[in-house]
Amino acid sequence: MSLLVEIEKQLGNFHLDVRFQAETETLALLGASGCGKSMTLKCIAGIMAPDRGRIVLNDRVLFDSEAGIDLPPQQRRVGYLFQNYALFPTMTVEKNILCGIRSGSKAEKAAALSATLHRFRLEGLEKRYPAQLSGGQQQRVALARILCSQPEVILLDEPFSALDSYLKWDLELKLSDFLENFSGPILWVSHDRGEVFRNCKRVCVLDQGASQGTFTLRQLFHEPETEAAARLSGCKNIVEAVPAGSAVTLPAWGLTLSCGKPVPADICQAGIRARHVMTVSEGTPNAFYCTVERVIQDVFTTIVLLRPEGAADGAPLLRMELERDDWRRLNRPEGLWIAVQPRDILLLK
Amino acid sequence: MDLFPLWNSLRVAAISTVIVFFAGIFAAYYIARLPRLVKGVLDVVLTLPLVLPPTVIGYLLLRLLGPKRILGAWLLRHFGVKVVMTWWSAIFATAVVIFPLMYRTARGAFESFDETLAYSGQTLGLSNAYIFWHIRMPCCRQGILAGTVLAFARALGEYGATSMIAGYTPGKTATISTTVYQLWQTSNDALAMKWVMVNLSISAVVLLTVNMLERRDFLVSGGKRRGTA
Repeated sequence: MSLLVEIEKQLGNFHLDVRFQAETETLALLGASGCGKSMTLKCIAGIMAPDRGRIVLNDRVLFDSEAGIDLPPQQRRVGYLFQNYALFPTMTVEKNILCGIRSGSKAEKAAALSATLHRFRLEGLEKRYPAQLSGGQQQRVALARILCSQPEVILLDEPFSALDSYLKWDLELKLSDFLENFSGPILWVSHDRGEVFRNCKRVCVLDQGASQGTFTLRQLFHEPETEAAARLSGCKNIVEAVPAGSAVTLPAWGLTLSCGKPVPADICQAGIRARHVMTVSEGTPNAFYCTVERVIQDVFTTIVLLRPEGAADGAPLLRMELERDDWRRLNRPEGLWIAVQPRDILLLK
Repeated sequence: MDLFPLWNSLRVAAISTVIVFFAGIFAAYYIARLPRLVKGVLDVVLTLPLVLPPTVIGYLLLRLLGPKRILGAWLLRHFGVKVVMTWWSAIFATAVVIFPLMYRTARGAFESFDETLAYSGQTLGLSNAYIFWHIRMPCCRQGILAGTVLAFARALGEYGATSMIAGYTPGKTATISTTVYQLWQTSNDALAMKWVMVNLSISAVVLLTVNMLERRDFLVSGGKRRGTA
């Protein structure tokens, strides 16, 4: 079971160029908003036509610009969970689900319906209208309706964006339970790296319409290759870098930091995660002095914005994140000696 | 009191409303999908009858359908029908006058329809016809019903174009509005007043219906007003 996507589309100034292949797995499409994630899903579902390329689902060609193939959405067998769930507002829960059941006699449909209602714990809600359901219930109805239509691939478009954050956690667990029996590729579109980390094994990174390759979670979080991947994995400090043997020079901060290994020549940026910025004593390798510019209390941590001593005018501040207690122990310093371990410097192309 | 004008008014209004119901919805649905320029031009042309004086519409229709004009002459020659000065000539006039009411309200309703509902129907395998009649129309029913009722009400009140193309022949082409004018002309004040009352009550009932249709909407969506659900 696999889904191959290689498409290009021009829409005004926006150029979409996405390539990836998903096997029977949950593959994340991770990108900032407006990077073309939903557009990609629409092309796969057949709601939008790409200009060029191919979409192949389990040896079935859904779209091929050269062969002139463009199957209508009805024939693609693509289950699409829309951001707002797209339940039909004038139909009851029951009728909404029946819309997903494609074939069968009346009795077969009724049996399939009651099995689905049971499986998604929707009993008692059959006669309600979507507007009378909670967000979580709406999501279950939408998912039930999709799975009834026996799709070969499932597209989840920001499945929790319509919900309050305190509901998300519970629903995330339930969603993966419901999807457990599905034997096909699942594309999980998200801008939330935590959501991706918990639910997916591999990630395709999208940046301004262009896919930047597919990575395992380990690769994305420990050795992201591009700036977009580093940012999406939550890296807060990214500056221009010049390779210098087994070190990099960061002109913005007037620093040269050792990386512990030869730095490839095509590296042009370096990333440092806020949690990897350490307070050290003077003389430690890779240590440099910073003045404290701002301190921000977050929910569980303290965020400190630092200006390296040799920083150029207008250079971005270095962001450090540490436990509240650790910060309290430092006793409001005006400046700090800071170091970054060589292995914590992310080298980006 | 001869009730023919009431009957004639109702049948002309009903038939033209049925025609305009389908034509207006069809136009609203397809024109929304056309390229911007074509859409703009068609929009102006189709809305024009709303702002033109009915006499101008009547004049234009006579230019087109009169027995010596292009279409009228052709119809007379090939089918032997004279399309003006019969009771059903009024249908042409009325349909043209009320078309913009239906077209514009249907378009407004279609424009506020959430297209993702249609997309999700397609991905579930529902045919486009099913989506149109079972999802799009029910979601837009409020606007479409309001448009239909308004069009019907306006059709009942049509005077200008009708009087030009169908004239006033008692017992043949007379409608309520042309009758009122004729009675006024002949100083039959009492009877004119009766017809005015008939017209007033029909229009009041129709507008009351529009209001009730609007209130029914939130019953269907489960007693919750839209937007707060």
